[in-house]
Formats: sequence, structure tokens, C-alpha cells
Amino acid sequence: MLIRLLWTSILMGSVLAAAANNQQRHNRTMQGKPDLNGIWQALNTANWDLQEHAARAGLITSLEAAVAEPGGLGAVEGDEIPYLPAALKKKQQNFETRLTADPEIKCYLPGVPRATYMPYPFQIVQTSDVILIAYEFAGAARTIYMKNPPESPADSWMGHSVGHWEGPTLVVDVTSFNDQTWFDRAGNFHSDALHVVERYTPLGHDALDYEATIEDPKVFSRPWKISMPLYRRLEKNAQLLEFKCVEFVEELMYGDYRKKVNK
Amino acid sequence: MNPRNLIPVCVVIALYLAPAAAGQDAPSPKTSSSRHWSMPRTPDGQPDLQGIWTNGTITPFERPRDLAGKPYFTQEEAAEYEKRVLDQNNRDRRGKNAEEDVAGAYNEFWFDRGTKVVSTLRTALVIDPPDGRVPALTPEAQKAAASRDAISRRLPEGPEDMDLPVRCLLWPTAGPPMLPSAYNNNYRILQVRGYVVMLIEMIHDVRIIPLDGRPHLSANGRQWLGDPRGHWEGDTLVVDTTNFTNKTHFRGADENLHLVERFKRTGPNTILYQFTVDDPTAFTKSWTGEVPFTRSTAPMFEYACHEGNYSMVNMLRGARAQEKAEALKKETK
Repeated sequence: MLIRLLWTSILMGSVLAAAANNQQRHNRTMQGKPDLNGIWQALNTANWDLQEHAARAGLITSLEAAVAEPGGLGAVEGDEIPYLPAALKKKQQNFETRLTADPEIKCYLPGVPRATYMPYPFQIVQTSDVILIAYEFAGAARTIYMKNPPESPADSWMGHSVGHWEGPTLVVDVTSFNDQTWFDRAGNFHSDALHVVERYTPLGHDALDYEATIEDPKVFSRPWKISMPLYRRLEKNAQLLEFKCVEFVEELMYGDYRKKVNK
Repeated sequence: MNPRNLIPVCVVIALYLAPAAAGQDAPSPKTSSSRHWSMPRTPDGQPDLQGIWTNGTITPFERPRDLAGKPYFTQEEAAEYEKRVLDQNNRDRRGKNAEEDVAGAYNEFWFDRGTKVVSTLRTALVIDPPDGRVPALTPEAQKAAASRDAISRRLPEGPEDMDLPVRCLLWPTAGPPMLPSAYNNNYRILQVRGYVVMLIEMIHDVRIIPLDGRPHLSANGRQWLGDPRGHWEGDTLVVDTTNFTNKTHFRGADENLHLVERFKRTGPNTILYQFTVDDPTAFTKSWTGEVPFTRSTAPMFEYACHEGNYSMVNMLRGARAQEKAEALKKETK
């Protein structure tokens, strides 16, 4: 009996502690919306290949295991990306030439949704009027307009984002992309007709459910969907660091135009 | 114009269709519009700095020699100065010949400097030392600057010889410190619990400034834009930034640069921005600058600089072609 009482009080104590902790953790903003502020990161192999894939050799064999590609379960609903026939050929060609053709290699702005599941953290900065997402990779950033969205001024790499809340879910409609970004290192691609609808739903305090519906009538026969969890970076001192990768791609991009030194 | 000074302007041309003087109707130096104004605050009580701001101005960074001893314009002098500078800056003027026209490269369409001097009517953005000039560099810093200049003047041997903006790595004015330049002088400030965040339009940088009192990165953590930490002193946001790289070299600074910036909302449409540069190994004494930010009604744009950097390839190819032509000339002599 005594032991049972003890257990009950311990349990109750921990429930209360959890509640207090929760309060401090700010699950809601002052406006009563889910609070998505924080540093987040995907933990999967979607950036190698959105579809299910077995481990395979990397393209730079001298680096062997350091660049070999791990297998992964994929993030595509039904594991099928519904390419139109000509687009499928282009995807296969992209795969063959991915070592040089993938825009990631050149440190180009990664586009949406790829920025979300690259192997780098990103920070959501949520106010009631706009939500900024700052990505570590290439210092990419996008502004999600929650109120009075302006017209998109021009097609861009990160697109034009307009958001609204559906219950606990932040829904972001992204349009006005250029045709320069890919979805992954496997050559999955899109045109400038890309339309992405993202859904960010809290799964407790430290995880989000992320879904993106991808529509592009020039490339796909129907809309298709990816989904994955995103995890909060829990390090007490977590912060985005600079990754200005331009510096690291100059040899690849401009090496041919270097002054040749006579030997 | 020396083609080495050409800066890759990419993609977001449409921006410059926006009225060039947007947000320029700044309050008078005594901020008369602030008489009936009270500090707007965020829900948790901080002064509200949020929104889109611009610091475009034609006030020079350092006080010109012909204005020595004159820290402020009168209203009339300011109007006269503005007229003169706008006329001098007018890039739609035709050159004497086609070559001169082409060398001008950008016409007025590309520029968004603003049309006004700063609302404080100061004659320079540098306010301390009182002569409005950046103090002398230390001998070592002079040496480093001279060697950078020598590289910058020679025919570029590779991309590393180019200035940082040409490489789309860093704009010397995009900050920190955040200073006006010829275009893209736009900033979006957001405030959330524990952070002030600044989106800088110029080649898309984001400054995420923690307010929780955490220490700076260790000496190993070096960043082009440094490592900022913020706190409030009364109604002034103070941002302390260290951990710069030795490649950033703002105005000759080195990796020991310690920058302290102050943001104070002084009216419905103004933030007064001040910064103090302290770097004893690069400057013979510390110095301070000031520039008001005014609220902008224009939207912000994506500046994809590196992605559209055609000038890098073209300039390097040009350099190789020039070498070839010179070699050929030598042979035929």
C-alpha cells in the first residue's frame, strides 16, 4: 500500500513537472497558434533519393565509403513519382549526369521542398504576419506571407510562399518557381509550372509532421505527395552556422578559366 | 568604369521598377513626427522593430574633404547637395562615344541608392572620430590591404583574385555593419521569443541574433558575418558581434573585429542605427558610424547572386584571351 502510494505520488509529481515544463516550452504562440519556432532538421535519405533505394556506390570512387549512398525507405506516397514519358527520360538522364548536373553540387539555392530535407538544419522564425525560414545550406531563406500576401514579383529559386492555418497545421502554398532546382541527388526534377503545397503539423513539442504535395502538369501526370517527420535540434546551444558553399565550388565552376602555370 | 568593378546583378530586375524613393520621406532631424508618437511594442514588451526597412541614402560614408569641419548640412545645403549628387550619379547620361557608353555598363534602371541625404543631415555616415573619417589602419593592416589591392589590380588568375561581391560571397555593405549601397538596401526585421532576426536582401543573408545571453562561439567558430549576440539596453537593441573570419576584412578589419551595433526606434518610420568598430590590430582607434533606417513600403526580393554569376566566367575568359593576345603580340615582334 505504502509503495503504491509512493508510486502514485511519484507519477503525479512527474505529470505536474511535465505540465510545468510544457508551459515553459511554449507549444502555442501568444496568438494561440501552434508555435513552430525553433531549429529543425530531417533525418532521412530523401536528399539522396526521394524514392526507396538500396545503398549504392558514390560517384567519386576515390572517396569510397565517405561518399557511398546509403539505402533508404523513401518519402514518396506509394513510392511512385508519376512522370510523363518524356520527363521520365530526362529524369534518367539527370541520374546519369548527377555528379555535375545536380544544382546542389554548385551551391545553388535548393528550392522547395528540397531545402527541408537536405542534411542541414533550418530555423523557423514565426510571427503572426510572416514566417521566415532560414536554411543553413547556402544561406537560403524564404518568407511565408500569412497576411496580405503581395503578388509574386518574379519567378525565383525558393518560390513565392503564402501560408494559412488549418487547425494545428501550417499550410503553405508555394508557386512562382524557376525550373532550375531538383528534388534530390537522384535527378528528380520539375519545371517552372511547379506548385507545392506544404503542411507542417506539430507532433508534440520536438517533432513536426511534414507533407508536401507536388503538382507540375508539364512533368507529372498527377499530383504526388511526400511526407516525413522533422526533428527539433535539442542541443542547448543549437544555432544555424554559416554554410556559404559558393567558396567551395569555385574550382568546379571556374577552374577551366584559371591561368595555366607553365611547368 | 573598370570592368573589375562590375558586380553581378542577377535575376531580380523587376525590383527596380519599384519607386526608387520608396520609404524616403524620412522625418526631419528633430523627428517632429515623433512628437505624438509612443514606442510600439511587441506582445512581450520589446520595442517593435519589425517590418521592412531601407537605409538607402546618398550621404557619403566618410566626410568629403571639401566639407571638412562641417558635421551637418543646413536644409538648403542638403537640398543643393542632393541635386548635385543626383546629377553626378545619373547613369542615364550618354558618354562621349559608344565605348564610353558600354563601359558604363549599368544605366539608372539598376540603381536604388535613394535620393536623399540622411534625415539627421549629417555630412557623413562616420560620426566618430569627429572629422567623419575612418581612422588609419595599423601598419600590419595596411600591409594586408596593400597585398589585397595588388591582387585586385592584376589580371585575375582565378576566381579567388576577384573581390568578394564579384564572387557572390559577401557584400562589404550588406553587413554587418549594415550600410547603404547602390541597390538592395532592404532589410526585414522579425522578433520572436529569444531572437531578433534580420533578413538582408543583398545576396540573401540572414542574421539570427539570440537574446538569451549565451556566449559567443569559441575562437574556432569563424563566420563571414561573425557571430552575433543581442540584448536590450532600455529601448535600444544592442548587438555584439565577434568571430569574424580574416577574409571578411570590412574596411580593412581583420578577424579580431568586435562590432557593437545599436538599433533604436526613434519614430513611426525610423530606426536609428549606430555601429562601433573596435579592432585594435587593424585600426589605430575605434570608430563609430550612424545611418537611419526608414520604413519601406516595397516588398523584398530574392537576390540569387551566385546562381546568375555570368560575369565571373566572362571576366576570367577575358583575362585568358588578353594573355593570349599579349603572348601573340610578343611572338610577332
